[in-house]
Amino acid sequence: MAVNKNTLAIKDQPKHLLGIQNLSIHEAKSILEESKTFIELNRSASKKLEVLRGKTQINLFFEPSTRTQSSFDLAGKRLGADVMTMNVANSALKKGETLMDTAMTLNAMHPDIIVIRHQDSGAPNLLSQKVNCTVINAGDGRREHPTQALLDALTIINRKGKIEGLKIAICGDILHSRVARSNIYLMNMLGAEVNVIAPKTLMPKSIERLGVKSFTNMKKGLDGCDIVMMLRLQNERMQGSFLPSKREYYEFYGLTPEKLKFANKEALIMHPGPMNRGVEIDTKLADDINVSLVKEQVELGVAVRMACLKMYCKK
Amino acid sequence: MTEKILINARIIDPSQKMDTIGSVIIDKNGKIKLIGKDVKKSDASSSAEIIDIKNNILIPGIVDMKAFVGEPGYEYKENFRTLSHAALAGGVTSIVTMPNTKPLIDNVSMVDFIIRRGRDKASVNLFPSATLTRDIEGKQMTEFGLLSAKGIIAFTDVIKAVQNTKTMSKIMDYASDIGVLIMQHTEDYELSKNGCINEGEISTRLGLDGISYIAEKIIIERDLSLLNEFPCRYHINQISSKESLEVIKRNKENGLKFSVGVSINNLSLNENDIGDFKTFLKVSPPLRLEDDRLALVEGIKSGLIDVIVSDHTPEDEEGKRLPFAQAATGAIGIETLLPLALEMYHNETLSLDKIIQALTINPANILRINKGTLKKGSNADMCIFDLDAPWVIKADNLKSKSKNTAVEDRKVQGKVLMTFLNGELVFKSQ
Repeated sequence: MAVNKNTLAIKDQPKHLLGIQNLSIHEAKSILEESKTFIELNRSASKKLEVLRGKTQINLFFEPSTRTQSSFDLAGKRLGADVMTMNVANSALKKGETLMDTAMTLNAMHPDIIVIRHQDSGAPNLLSQKVNCTVINAGDGRREHPTQALLDALTIINRKGKIEGLKIAICGDILHSRVARSNIYLMNMLGAEVNVIAPKTLMPKSIERLGVKSFTNMKKGLDGCDIVMMLRLQNERMQGSFLPSKREYYEFYGLTPEKLKFANKEALIMHPGPMNRGVEIDTKLADDINVSLVKEQVELGVAVRMACLKMYCKK
Repeated sequence: MTEKILINARIIDPSQKMDTIGSVIIDKNGKIKLIGKDVKKSDASSSAEIIDIKNNILIPGIVDMKAFVGEPGYEYKENFRTLSHAALAGGVTSIVTMPNTKPLIDNVSMVDFIIRRGRDKASVNLFPSATLTRDIEGKQMTEFGLLSAKGIIAFTDVIKAVQNTKTMSKIMDYASDIGVLIMQHTEDYELSKNGCINEGEISTRLGLDGISYIAEKIIIERDLSLLNEFPCRYHINQISSKESLEVIKRNKENGLKFSVGVSINNLSLNENDIGDFKTFLKVSPPLRLEDDRLALVEGIKSGLIDVIVSDHTPEDEEGKRLPFAQAATGAIGIETLLPLALEMYHNETLSLDKIIQALTINPANILRINKGTLKKGSNADMCIFDLDAPWVIKADNLKSKSKNTAVEDRKVQGKVLMTFLNGELVFKSQ
């Protein structure tokens, strides 16, 4: 019988993790399930597996990153992959090489996975069209940061047992935040109710169309929330025409013990990091292990990334 | 050249309010000798060549008020020869070329070059425009008088509006005296900075900087206020939103004289078509909501919008295969202008007469050129098309040097069969 080349070609196509928007609820849930299996492993004495032995993972970071990059680095190594990290912020691309050229160069080295962080929204999508390995989005522009949302979900599930039925507030610079977007999609998908809170100048147009309620007032926005996700406010936003001053922002949108009282009694705080203490969050609150999940987020981040690498890497 | 008689044609010429089955006789000099339903074969000389149009539609050659030709400086995107081929295949016989070449067309010596080069290489009527300000910087007006005398038809900064209100008021004041045509790209630079698509749900989802309709509206409001004080020949290149139309309506109702264009892109596409970062649909002004598109179609119907342009902007693949924010802006469109415009007839939103008007006599009148008409004595520039013939747009079959069409794989109805320039058959479909 003749072999149907088309079917083969489709099977051969690598899977990509480009954003939560492209995930089905089933896929999201199975990543979270898979992640759970790595939590214990990461806490044990011997952390090394051989699942990705012989596979090559390239971390292609066009934007500086500490935690995401090291998290992917560790995740790949713990699964037994050969991991190479390229900080492109100061290499060939500065010399005029385009993203496509870099993609073709790397592709010629036969990687199995490329993890990409890029300042332009949509860059991972473009990359995925040009290479024949798995592409995992580690944050693109202000569009998506899927593994961050997944690790946030895992952290919440770990503490609260579920996401369905929870009320989650995302607060801060929603406009420029890929973390906010990915979390909106994922938390909605998993059955939470999502409020976004930001000054009007940092609220994207038509955000309600993504299935959230938007608030400019923290008291109203936090009302009844079980989880409060704070976003980083980048300093350069202060100098533009977005906000009058750091002081005024902190006054109205900085998370303090007083403002946290607007939320549920049992409410927990999250932050994707790095934090600007005293800008978006009170420094004591950020370190309060009774309410802050920040450290747990970082810990579970490795587990989530291991699950993603394992599940998306072509066998 | 021998005399020609084109018989059995459905002639639509809005300049003469003509829509009739009839014949056209072209004299030895390539001019219209006789036209209309009463023209008989016997009116032509016995040696005349007879061409049977077989009841297809015959209109004046299309006048495209906005197309970019890569010469000089961007020959790798498009040159006079390739642009001419694309234009004629689309029934376009007269083109206003944009001055944002390299170097820019902002001085007299460049005009000499472009006219000479166009005469040698182009096979359509070219009407070059020059920049409104030196280096498109919005600071110093170009030599309107000298450039006009050299043959410049209009002045435009193409991709930028003059931001400084004082400069703009001086430009309009000065232009009103010499009588030159200003074509403004109405977009506030600061408001649209970094923006690449319409500001709204799609820009939020894709994580791209948006361009609000306000960026366009505010410059239109400002310019029309100035126009009240300094009545000059003022044309808005392309509008994209219904809010702009409201401003235009109010001002036209108040008796202010100016003209308005719209790109075929904004008439045939909306922001949803951008899908998953399709950079070929990154155009300026940006594609907006379906509501805006419908309002623009309505604007042509009501006469608030005078002209449909192709906004032909060839870009090579390199420039488009980039992350969306970095990708080049613009789409080719001169060859697909007519079939896309005919969609509005086929879906019963516009009459054929309105569409043809916006493609022929309206732009000619704004430019004050003797084109876009088939009145007796005018040059026989004509486009003959099959109104219903279906076809599928494929970039590879288009004649432009660049293949960045925004309507790849689109199924359209209406195919150009023949194009005549000065009475000569210059394009015939295979």
